[in-house]
Amino acid sequence: MSPTPSQTLAALSPGDCATILALDAGQALYHRLAALGLRAGKSVRMIRRARFGGPFHIRVGTTDLMLRIPDARRIQVRKA
Amino acid sequence: MKRVALVGMPNTGKSTLFNRLTGAQAKVGNWPGITVDLLSAKLLLGDQMVQLVDLPGIYDLRGFSEDEHVVTTFLSQQSVDVLLVVLNASQIERQLQLFAQLAQFKVPVVLVLNMADEAAALGITIEREALAGWLGVPICLVSAKHGQGMEQLRNLMARALRAPAQASPPDDSVIEAAIKSAVHVPAQASHRLTEKIDRVLLDPWLGLPLFFGVMFLLFEAVFWLGTPVQNALAAVFSTVRSAALEPALAAAPPLLSGLLLDGVYNGLSTVASFVPLIILFFLAMAIVEDTGYLSRAAFLIDALMARFGLDGRSFVMILMGFGCNVPALMGTRVMRSRGLRLLTMLVIPFSLCSARLQVFLFFIAALFPPRAAPLVLFSLYVMSIAAAMVTSLVFKRRLINSDPFVLEIPPYRFPTLRQIALRGWHEVRHFLRRATRFIVAGVILVWVLTHFPAAAAPGSSETWAGHLGVWLNPVLGPLGIDPKLTIALIFGFVAKEIVIGSLAVIYAREGGALVSAIAQQVDWVQAYSFMLFTLIYTPCLSTIATIRSEARSPAFSVVAVAWPLALAWLASFAFYQVARHF
Repeated sequence: MSPTPSQTLAALSPGDCATILALDAGQALYHRLAALGLRAGKSVRMIRRARFGGPFHIRVGTTDLMLRIPDARRIQVRKA
Repeated sequence: MKRVALVGMPNTGKSTLFNRLTGAQAKVGNWPGITVDLLSAKLLLGDQMVQLVDLPGIYDLRGFSEDEHVVTTFLSQQSVDVLLVVLNASQIERQLQLFAQLAQFKVPVVLVLNMADEAAALGITIEREALAGWLGVPICLVSAKHGQGMEQLRNLMARALRAPAQASPPDDSVIEAAIKSAVHVPAQASHRLTEKIDRVLLDPWLGLPLFFGVMFLLFEAVFWLGTPVQNALAAVFSTVRSAALEPALAAAPPLLSGLLLDGVYNGLSTVASFVPLIILFFLAMAIVEDTGYLSRAAFLIDALMARFGLDGRSFVMILMGFGCNVPALMGTRVMRSRGLRLLTMLVIPFSLCSARLQVFLFFIAALFPPRAAPLVLFSLYVMSIAAAMVTSLVFKRRLINSDPFVLEIPPYRFPTLRQIALRGWHEVRHFLRRATRFIVAGVILVWVLTHFPAAAAPGSSETWAGHLGVWLNPVLGPLGIDPKLTIALIFGFVAKEIVIGSLAVIYAREGGALVSAIAQQVDWVQAYSFMLFTLIYTPCLSTIATIRSEARSPAFSVVAVAWPLALAWLASFAFYQVARHF
């Protein structure tokens, strides 16, 4: 059985859970994401997305966050 | 005096803790090399007085945000005896990283785990003593909002003031081991009630209509409560004037009494008239922000605002600006990126505020048939939004949002009355301190312009303002704005509330006679052009005073005055010339 292929956070649907593989972000964004708990190995849950291409609502640990699509595309995940 | 600095991530209740420790006596102060104001207050710990400084909330010390720069500059340049590191107890897992980074400053640390009540409600247990042992620092669990654990915190702070500096900072593996053994988070730790409310308030279909409904209700409430208070305040000021000041100054030379009454006293009453609005606005803000709804609003509207270089929080402030620009400008402080904040501050003054609405209602009633009136007013609201959009598109490449848009969505919380009252009090004091002198000086200047030379009738074309009106005619004439209306614009620079009163002085008529005089001398094309100009140019002196004190950049303040003037001229010119020729 082959492992599920990796994808970006932006491709998850509401309700999906995934494990973060890597952050492909510049320094400023990388540190901010890390400080908010988005680090490799952590699991993340897609809660919902706003209409008209608005931000995502996600949950990491006990923290709920919103982030825009371009930033979400920089986070590699593997669906659980 | 020894100094204690308060540091922590945003959304940890740091300000609430600061207020809880210091009460209402905090002062805003400047520090060398630091570009933002910091709150500080004196605090009695045991038998010694210490200074407590509230540093901006930061996520990280390695990042590049302005707030991070402020904190590192402060900690490396000022002497700090104790560092009070505030963490959200339910997010301790990720927030301990900041504590580890702060240990590099070799200052004794007291670790405060705030919102302990929320963590307990989530089923999170923290073994305080075990954790303190692992990390090598004193720890206390508090709820700043409800005042729990404050006694212990004071004791720990007093003890830390006598303690030697921190040994070596704990490394990542120690922190990980500490969390593993002393912090227990249940597998499903989520805020159930918040999830339920969010399912409705952030619903893909209902979310936006509910958002506009909530904003509308808040707005109505602010004016429903504020207008009578403002009117009562105005009545008090005019009673004091007619019953006490005018008789007292009856013997004084007319110019002196004019200066004192129409200049200084009117300036002070202008300042005072903003106080109820600022209090009510921040009451509304406290409800929107402290409950956690502001970040939901940002979530809902962000898709639209991102295109204009703004974000969802800017939108809420712009909307508030339709009530009154001044508190909306002060409210932009929630945005921590300077570029984003300045862009929002540049856009807010285009919001058609309630004072401008009075002027428009007067002109529309005087010059337009009742059937056309709603349409005319609606078109002015459209122009208000269009001016804001044009401005953000023009400036979004210069005032860039440097902060990554990754915001926390906190659980819903109920702010306490104490929190709301303190917030309103701080904001009013801030406004009075920063704006009073500037506004009074401006009112006096306009009074001088419209009352000198002494021989001329006040507000007439023989005064300096009248000369200015004639002198400006080549510029404003092509807009259909004649010298008389120009004098009204000069008055309107102080406050739109006084425009109609000034027209009575300029045309030397009142009430119905004033309306018919204006209807005879001004046609609807001129009137609409005048309204466009009034809508877009400087809203009032208080707005400029606020921009000046909030942005703390003379260059930006100049742009914030010059750009709307240029845009007002272009819009009125385009309208007047087109309407005249077709």
